[in-house]
Amino acid sequence: MSEVALIIDGRSVTVEHGTTVLEAARRAGVDIPTLCHVEGVAPFGACRLCTVEITRGGRSRLVASCCYPAEEGLDVQTESEKVVKGRKLVLEMLLARAPGTQALQEYGKRYGAQVDKFRPDPSHCILCGLCVNYCAEVKGKHAIGFIGRGVERQVMFVPGAAAEECFECGACFTLCPTGVWPSNYGLARVPHFS
Amino acid sequence: MPRLNSIADLERHRSELLAAHDADTPRVTICSGTGCHALRSDKVHEAFVDELTLGGLDGRVDLLRTGCHGFCERGTIVTILPQEVTYLQVKPEDVAEIVARTVLQGEVIDRLLYRDGDGVGILREDDIPFYRHQTPFVFGLNRFIDPKDIDTYIVQGGYAALAKALDQMSPQQALDEVKAANLRGRGGGGFPAGAKWQTTRDAPSDVRYVVVNADEGDPGAYMDRSLLEGNPHRVLEGLIIGAYAIGARHGFIYVRQEYPIAVENLSFALDQAHEYGLLGPSVLGSGMAFDVRVHRGAGAFVSGESSALMCAIEGRVGEPRPKYVRTSVSGIWGKPTNLNNVETWATVPLIIDKGAEWFTGIGTKTSKGTKIFSLVGKVNNTGLVEVPMGMPLRQVVYDMGGGIPKGRAFKAVQTGGPSGGVIPERLLDLPVDFDELDKAGSMMGSGGMIVLDEDTCMVDTARYFLNFLAEESCGKCVPCREGLYQMLEILNRICTGDGREGDIELLEEIVETVQGWSLCALGGSAPNPVISTIVNFRAEYEAHIREKACPAGACKALISYYIDPQKCQACMLCLKNCAVGAISGGKKLVHVVDQDTCTKCGTCFDVCPSRFDAVVKISGVPVPEAVPEGTQVTRKRGGANE
Repeated sequence: MSEVALIIDGRSVTVEHGTTVLEAARRAGVDIPTLCHVEGVAPFGACRLCTVEITRGGRSRLVASCCYPAEEGLDVQTESEKVVKGRKLVLEMLLARAPGTQALQEYGKRYGAQVDKFRPDPSHCILCGLCVNYCAEVKGKHAIGFIGRGVERQVMFVPGAAAEECFECGACFTLCPTGVWPSNYGLARVPHFS
Repeated sequence: MPRLNSIADLERHRSELLAAHDADTPRVTICSGTGCHALRSDKVHEAFVDELTLGGLDGRVDLLRTGCHGFCERGTIVTILPQEVTYLQVKPEDVAEIVARTVLQGEVIDRLLYRDGDGVGILREDDIPFYRHQTPFVFGLNRFIDPKDIDTYIVQGGYAALAKALDQMSPQQALDEVKAANLRGRGGGGFPAGAKWQTTRDAPSDVRYVVVNADEGDPGAYMDRSLLEGNPHRVLEGLIIGAYAIGARHGFIYVRQEYPIAVENLSFALDQAHEYGLLGPSVLGSGMAFDVRVHRGAGAFVSGESSALMCAIEGRVGEPRPKYVRTSVSGIWGKPTNLNNVETWATVPLIIDKGAEWFTGIGTKTSKGTKIFSLVGKVNNTGLVEVPMGMPLRQVVYDMGGGIPKGRAFKAVQTGGPSGGVIPERLLDLPVDFDELDKAGSMMGSGGMIVLDEDTCMVDTARYFLNFLAEESCGKCVPCREGLYQMLEILNRICTGDGREGDIELLEEIVETVQGWSLCALGGSAPNPVISTIVNFRAEYEAHIREKACPAGACKALISYYIDPQKCQACMLCLKNCAVGAISGGKKLVHVVDQDTCTKCGTCFDVCPSRFDAVVKISGVPVPEAVPEGTQVTRKRGGANE
C-alpha cells in the first residue's frame, strides 16, 4: 500500500493511501470533534462537525474530514477561523434540538456556542444516524431506519425486525449521544414488544 | 417495422419515408404537450378525427399529435399545412369550421389567429413575436414530430448524427467534438460535458454507465419534460452517441413519475428503437451493444442531485453521499457513471451533426449554444423559449414574454429555480449565460425564469422558496436541515411582523454556514434566494422589521384594507362581495371595514371601481379611526354613483 504525506495543523503526518483526513488527524494526536462517526461504520458525513479547511495548490476549501481522503501535500487546518465559526453555529442549531446532550454541551463550551441563540424546539434526537448505520452495517439487522425527510426526518424502529432483534441486542443504545434512543425503546417496548 | 441492420438501411428507410410523403397532402398538427393536454387538446384531436371521418377525408389528411410547441399561454395550438396557418386557443367546437374552411378551402379563420399589438392577425407560427426572436435548434423539431412515431423523427433527419458518429468517427473523435463544442451541462452546474465524458471514459473499469437526469423539479420549470414528451428520440440519440463515445453498454433514464406523458412517450420510443435495431446487441449493425432502462423517480426533489439519483437507481433511498470521489469515477454500483441532463443530451446530436465549429459560433465566450428557458410568473406570454446564450434578459422578458400584465412594473426575475437568486431591474440588460448569472448572485440552474412584479414581496419570495427547500431537503446533514429550518423561522417572523433587529445579520450568518458546510449542492445553494434578496432588496427586509410594513403590500399580517370615507360612494360593491361580511354600511352610507373580521383577501380592493378608488391598502401605519356608523357619503360632483 502506497503512503501519502500531509500536514495537519502544522504537523507532518504520513498515512496509507485511502486513509481519511479524520483518521490521519487522530493518528497524529489532533482531536477533531465528531458526532456521527464510529469505528467500523462507513463515514456518513451528516453532522458536518468534523469539517476542516484544506489547502491545495493555493486554493482552500471546507470538507468533511470523516469522508475526505488524505492526499499527498494536503495542508489541513482543523481549527481555522472559518472552521471554528461554522462549528459554533452547527452546535448552536443542534443545541436548540437536543439541549440536554452532554457531547453538545461540551463541544459547545469548547467553541463558545451560545446555548439560547435559537428558540428551543427539542426533538432530543440529532439524527446522527449512529444507531441506524450501526444496526445495518455492523449487526446486519436493519431494525431501525430513517423516515420522513427534511425537518420531518426521524429515526424509527422497523416494526417486525425491531420486535425480533432489539430485545436481545440493544447495542446501539450505548452509541446514542443524546440518550433519547434508549428511552424511545423503553417507551415503544411497553405496548408493542411485551 | 423495418429492422435497420446498417447505416445504409437507415438512409434507405429515410428516403422511402420522404418519397412516400406528398408535400401537398393537407396536414393538421395538434400540440399535445402537458400544457395543451390540460386544456383538453385530446378533445380537439378527437374532434378532428370525427370531423375527418364524417367528411370521408380520413387518409387524405395527415393528423399529427405533436409535443409541446412552447407557447403554452395560448394552447391548444393547431397548425395547418401546406398553408402554414397557426391557430391558437383552439377548442373542440372550432374544429368543424377549421376543417371546412381552412383544410378544404384554404381560407383563413381570422378570429383564431394571433393578434399583434395593432390587432393585425398573424398567419405563421414563426412570425408570432413570441417565436420570432427564438432560435429553436434543440426544441424546434417538437412541432413536426409525433413522439409516438419514430418515423416522424427519422424523416426529419433523426438518427443521422448517430449514423455519422458510428460511421465516420472513432469514440474518442466523437468525444473530442463535444469537448471542442464546449458544451456545458444544462442541468444547473454548467460543468463542461466533454471533460466529464472524458473522465468517465478514462476511469479504469470494465463497466460504465450513462444516465439521463430527468428529475426536473424546480417550481415553474418544465423544459426537460417538454423535450422528453415531445422528442424522446432526440434525447435517446444523444444518449446512444454518448454511450459510444464513453464506452458504456448500459444507460438509465431517471424520470419523474409525476411526468406521465413523458414516461409513456419514452417507453414507446425505447420499444421502437429496439424494434428498429437502434438499441440492443448491435446498434445499427455496428457491433456496439447498448441498452437503456427507465427508472421512475418516486417524487423527491433531492434525487435530481447526481449522487442521490444514483443511490435511487441502485434501489436505495435517494440521499446524497459525499462526492470527494466523483461519480464519473465511482457512480452507480461504484462504476464510472456519466450523468447529464435531458437538454444536454438532446443537444449532442446537433453538435455531431453540424459540428463543434457551428455550435461555438452561437452564444457567448464561455457559454456556447442555445438554452431553453421556462418563462413564467408575472409575464404576459408564459411558455418555453429557446434563445442563444447571451441574450439580454430584457429581450426575453419583454420581446418574447410581452412584458408584465395589467401594466404593473417589473421588479425582478428569479432565475435558476429555488436554488437560484433574483435579478433586479438594474440588471435587466444582463446577457444571460452561465457566468453572468453567477456574477449577479444567481445561477442558470435548469433554466427557470420566474418574473416578479411590483406587487411581489421579496421577503415573502425568499420564504416561499425556502419553504419548498425545507420540505425537499433530505434532512441528512445538519447545516441544510437545521439551517433551512432556522432561516424559515426567521423569515416567517419577519413576514408576520415579529422580525427583530439583528435578524438580517443572523440570516447572513446562517447563509454562510449552510453554503459552505452542507453535504450536497442542494444545501450549498439553498440559501441563495435569501442572500440574493437581502443583497438586492435589503430595504424591504428593513421595512418589515422596523416599520412592520410590507412595501409590496403582499404580506397579509402587515397590511390592512381601509375605505376612505371621503371617496366612498356607497356603491355596495365591496359590501356585497366581501366573503366574510366584514364591511358594514348601506345605501348612501359610508362603508367601513371591520378590521377584526377582515381576512385580507383583497376582494374589496379589486372590486372598488377605479373611478372611486376608495379602498386602499395600507401597511406600516395605523388604520385611521373608523367614521361613526351611519355617516352619509360625500357625493362626488355630478353624482358619480348614480
